[in-house]
Amino acid sequence: MAEHGIGARVPRVEDQRFITGKGRYTDDINQAGQTYAVFVRSPHAHARIRGVDKSSVASMPGVLAVLDGDDVKADGLGNLICGWLVKSKDGSPMKMGPHPLLAQGKVRYVGDRVAVVVAETYAQAKDAAEALVVDYEELPAVVDLAGAHGAAALVHDEVADNLIFDWELGDKAAVDAAFAAAHHVTRMELVNNRLIPNAMEPRAAIGVYDSGTDAFTCYLTSQNPHVHRLVMAAFIGVAPEHKLRVVGPDVGGGFGSKIFIYGEECVVCWASRKIGGRPVKWTAERSESFLSDAHGRDHISTAELALDKDGNFLAMRVNTKANLGAYMSTFSSCVPTYLYATLLAGQYRTPAIYCDVQAYYTNTAPVDAYRGAGRPEASFLIETLVDQAAMELGIDPADIRRRNFIPRDAFPYQTPVALIYDTGDYQATLEEALKLADYAGFPARRAEAQRRGKLRGIGLSCYIEACGIAPSAVVGSLGAGVGLWESAKVRFSHTGKVQVLTGTHSHGQGHETTFAQLIADKLGVPFGDIEVIHGDTEKTPVGMGTYGSRSLAVGGEAIMKACDKIIAKGKKIAAHLLEAAEGDIEFKDGKFTVAGTDKSKALGEVVFAAYVPHNYPPDLEPGMEEGAFFDPPNFTFPAGTYVCEVEVEPATGEVDIVRFTAVDDFGNVINPMIVEGQVHGGLVQGIGQALLEGARYDDSGQLLTGSYMDYCMPRADNVPSFAVVTSAGTACTSNSMGVKGCGEAGAIGAPGAVINAITNAIGRRVEMPATPEKVWRAIHSNVAVAAE
Amino acid sequence: MPSVSMTVNGKQVGGEVESRTLLVEFLRNQLGLTGTHVGCDTSQCGCCVVHVDGRSVKACTMLAVQAAGSQVTTIEGLARNGQLHPVQAAFREHHGLQCGFCTPGMIMSAVDLLQHNANPTEAEVREWLEGNLCRCTGYHNIVKAIMAAAADMSGHAKAAE
Amino acid sequence: MYDFAYHKPASLADAVKLLADHEDAKLMAGGQTYIPTLKQRLARPSDVIDLGAIAELRGITEEAGGVTIGAMTRHGEVAESAVVRRVIPALAALAELIGDPQVRNLGTLGGSISNNDPAADYPGALLGLGATVRTSKRQIPADQFFTGMFETALERDEIVKAVHFPRPEKAAYAKFPNPASRYSMVGVFVAKTGGGVRVAVTGAGQSGAYRWTAAEQALAGNWSPAAIDGLTVDPSGLNSDIHASADYRAHLVKVMAKRALAAAG
Repeated sequence: MAEHGIGARVPRVEDQRFITGKGRYTDDINQAGQTYAVFVRSPHAHARIRGVDKSSVASMPGVLAVLDGDDVKADGLGNLICGWLVKSKDGSPMKMGPHPLLAQGKVRYVGDRVAVVVAETYAQAKDAAEALVVDYEELPAVVDLAGAHGAAALVHDEVADNLIFDWELGDKAAVDAAFAAAHHVTRMELVNNRLIPNAMEPRAAIGVYDSGTDAFTCYLTSQNPHVHRLVMAAFIGVAPEHKLRVVGPDVGGGFGSKIFIYGEECVVCWASRKIGGRPVKWTAERSESFLSDAHGRDHISTAELALDKDGNFLAMRVNTKANLGAYMSTFSSCVPTYLYATLLAGQYRTPAIYCDVQAYYTNTAPVDAYRGAGRPEASFLIETLVDQAAMELGIDPADIRRRNFIPRDAFPYQTPVALIYDTGDYQATLEEALKLADYAGFPARRAEAQRRGKLRGIGLSCYIEACGIAPSAVVGSLGAGVGLWESAKVRFSHTGKVQVLTGTHSHGQGHETTFAQLIADKLGVPFGDIEVIHGDTEKTPVGMGTYGSRSLAVGGEAIMKACDKIIAKGKKIAAHLLEAAEGDIEFKDGKFTVAGTDKSKALGEVVFAAYVPHNYPPDLEPGMEEGAFFDPPNFTFPAGTYVCEVEVEPATGEVDIVRFTAVDDFGNVINPMIVEGQVHGGLVQGIGQALLEGARYDDSGQLLTGSYMDYCMPRADNVPSFAVVTSAGTACTSNSMGVKGCGEAGAIGAPGAVINAITNAIGRRVEMPATPEKVWRAIHSNVAVAAE
Repeated sequence: MPSVSMTVNGKQVGGEVESRTLLVEFLRNQLGLTGTHVGCDTSQCGCCVVHVDGRSVKACTMLAVQAAGSQVTTIEGLARNGQLHPVQAAFREHHGLQCGFCTPGMIMSAVDLLQHNANPTEAEVREWLEGNLCRCTGYHNIVKAIMAAAADMSGHAKAAE
Repeated sequence: MYDFAYHKPASLADAVKLLADHEDAKLMAGGQTYIPTLKQRLARPSDVIDLGAIAELRGITEEAGGVTIGAMTRHGEVAESAVVRRVIPALAALAELIGDPQVRNLGTLGGSISNNDPAADYPGALLGLGATVRTSKRQIPADQFFTGMFETALERDEIVKAVHFPRPEKAAYAKFPNPASRYSMVGVFVAKTGGGVRVAVTGAGQSGAYRWTAAEQALAGNWSPAAIDGLTVDPSGLNSDIHASADYRAHLVKVMAKRALAAAG
């Protein structure tokens, strides 16, 4: 393996700036003449706006503009959109209320944007925003799923019963028949707790209008600057697409929350024009992030599994109610549907599966994709259901999984919920994980813990995800409003240095390193001669951004395709220079060679000839710069087994994760160090969901978990070090690299393993987050039951 | 408006500030030292950790005027003569960062830990990091990097004896 | 944050005078609670008087067999103090559990007890050890100092100078932190002193730290975790929130008390 090639643990090139304080995040950018925006947000979950008294602050020191929903309407700006149309069972399109940039007529959640104040300094804007008098008439609020259905209050008057869609997937008749004939049915109700993403960098945006060119620049915390540009131009009407430059500089984590097009970035651009072109900067305070970033998860489900007497799965039936908050965020509709129910087969050959999903509006923050997006909900449901079935039938949890895995020789495998898995070897990852976790030695460890007064448990989770999002024709047929290809450009300079321009966006994933490794390997160019550029619509080719573990599998493949074009063109040039037939030229290790001879030209010589075409093929364009698009033929299907071992303190219900093993099949791996890091981070988000995190609103719709004082983020001492294996790969067949994607796996697989371990320790399942009090109560109720 | 002067990264600096100006605002907005970040408003995330008179503090929970006359070190001042501090080097070597936003505070906090405790156990490192949140790394490689830096620094210290 | 006038007096007398001269002035010690409060615009003082430059408020001394800790002594200094570790190791251990390292580098004893957050740790130590608060005006026994949630016996123009902690025969503190804020959800300080047994509970009570007298009586003749086995804690009057119900807190009071007793030996 070359030092910087595929499979090498190359330290990241981006790190130098981050470890020396030279990263450049949106809030680090300051512009001459910059002004500051502060948003006035609704203190009520649901209220009619009787009036906004702008005169109350217009003359305050430094105030340059006060804008509200009426101004948005007067200037003809469009509403925020949901980019994926989901249809209900009856064929009708999902029902949506408008999502204005600034509230018009009504506010629908605590934190809803009512107005913006722009002032000379941040403190002045803050002072004026606080002083702005808004007259509200409070309305009854719908604060959770339990209250949404049949509520007297409607979040949007046009959406009856607050029901956005009632969607289904699968063969209901076949499932019902299988259940009717089943030997055993396992049934459970479960909650997938609402989470708040909490990227460490709060959202921020700077809008700059240049009257000289009638063009805008927007710097913002975006995972997908081109998608922002598209929506802000085509739907909001901030500016025509060619007059809007969107820059996502260094971005401090996203986890989904920075995919979406929010009102704030649109408003700062518009406001910059309103005040004559001075830049307008907005940076969220963390409290604002809690209120207004799109939240994740929030499902209540009923799940049933039908089994035969040997523990073979016959059918699965799931009903899910999904809380989508007060407005339909950008991709909110596909999360509890196409990213969720399509994964309900898991790693198993369950022949019949049916799922229906009711999505509701509530007076809470919008809910959208958060790391894993739909797939963690599916995986958690399957893996807890399977464990429950194993417990009821007296089968070892590993055995029931082995018995039902899709066998390694059954690929490609068509599931009953639409997907075709290309490759996998689920038994192999399970066995490796069990070995690494010393599953066989667990009874002895449990006995030893018992002597110390602790309840020890072990839990498995065999997750699968659909990544590499996504084949455009497939998602288009399912309602997506966009194509999900990716693009790249590979540009050589005279001196053989390489710029790689990608439409993906790196906000922690290390693309600048991984993509350079790809090119170094493919073209034989020194790693240090390659620069990866992303995040600026003015520099990079059109792209769709980073989410759904897609950057390498889709964006990386676009780079590979551009490299193929470089090689193809290089062959023509080399053939000319070497006076050989093009078909006889081979490219390897950075050299074009006439097959079977020692006649060769280095790539650098060929590139130089392309820019100084003095001796050059007459019919060939000069230059060495090639672009490519890649639209994947299928999703990728990373899968793996996680094993969690916990010790529970029965006196308090405290859960200590004492051991955690992750064995993942990500296909081929470019940089194992980076991939392991992605797993570690995902695991802690999954453990956070299982043990610590949960967004809570009170009965009036006030967010109770609105700061780190109340929203429990995982800290270093909440988690152990992990045993992670990422080399258990079956190569993916949907791209030439054989890669599957690794960004979301940890968050998808971990919750099931943690909860199953706790169930194993204390004998009954606790809903997430499994706080000490819940666990203590569960143990306590067990004792009571045993005493009866 | 009060004026303050202090030493930041070895340089004497000063300026007029409002009483309410936080140290982190002074560093970022007036001195342009944007490596110190703000990740929360309740003094918990630790993205803003700097050293004041040799000890780590949260620059979002100290007024600029409070730091008058102090010696302040930020992430920008940690490397000396182009040579990374061993903790910085270890974070890169062991992939102790992803998005990089928590990293300056994390590194400044870790440097303070190793001043107190040159050879911490893993548990001690994890406990010390109570005031530093990271959403990307799961802490695994941060802990690994700090342990490695400790070994590296004590190795150097031994070599120098 | 609203703006204010900032003062940094060099002596206690100057601080007292500033407080007298400015009606809406507030004292700031380490600022680790007060600055976040200001940032959230929950307070609007005309003047902030920073006690950070008053040398006489700092320092740890061994006195009359116990320790006296200046009001502006940082939590980290208490945790690391060789004197405190030798004389009252439980107090050093408690200080180590307050906040995080950065908060401990600025937060102070005087600030913590003057604020009297019901989830703070120090009030438990003062009550548990029967400490005496020395102010610019007088000496106040801990039992009379804490008067309710965020309420103390301090008068408006009175400043804590130091706290004297007598040395106990045995003592320990057990804390169950709020998982999010890491403040005390339930903290129990137990001490066996020349004057009898003291058991102080912080974090749990709606009115702040309090003494668990039933446990003190049970332990008076039998200093052991088993001595409180028969006791139950009444949840009425305890906090109930999204992190823990009053019932669970009541249960934890007993569990933490037993842990502390086991640790105290």
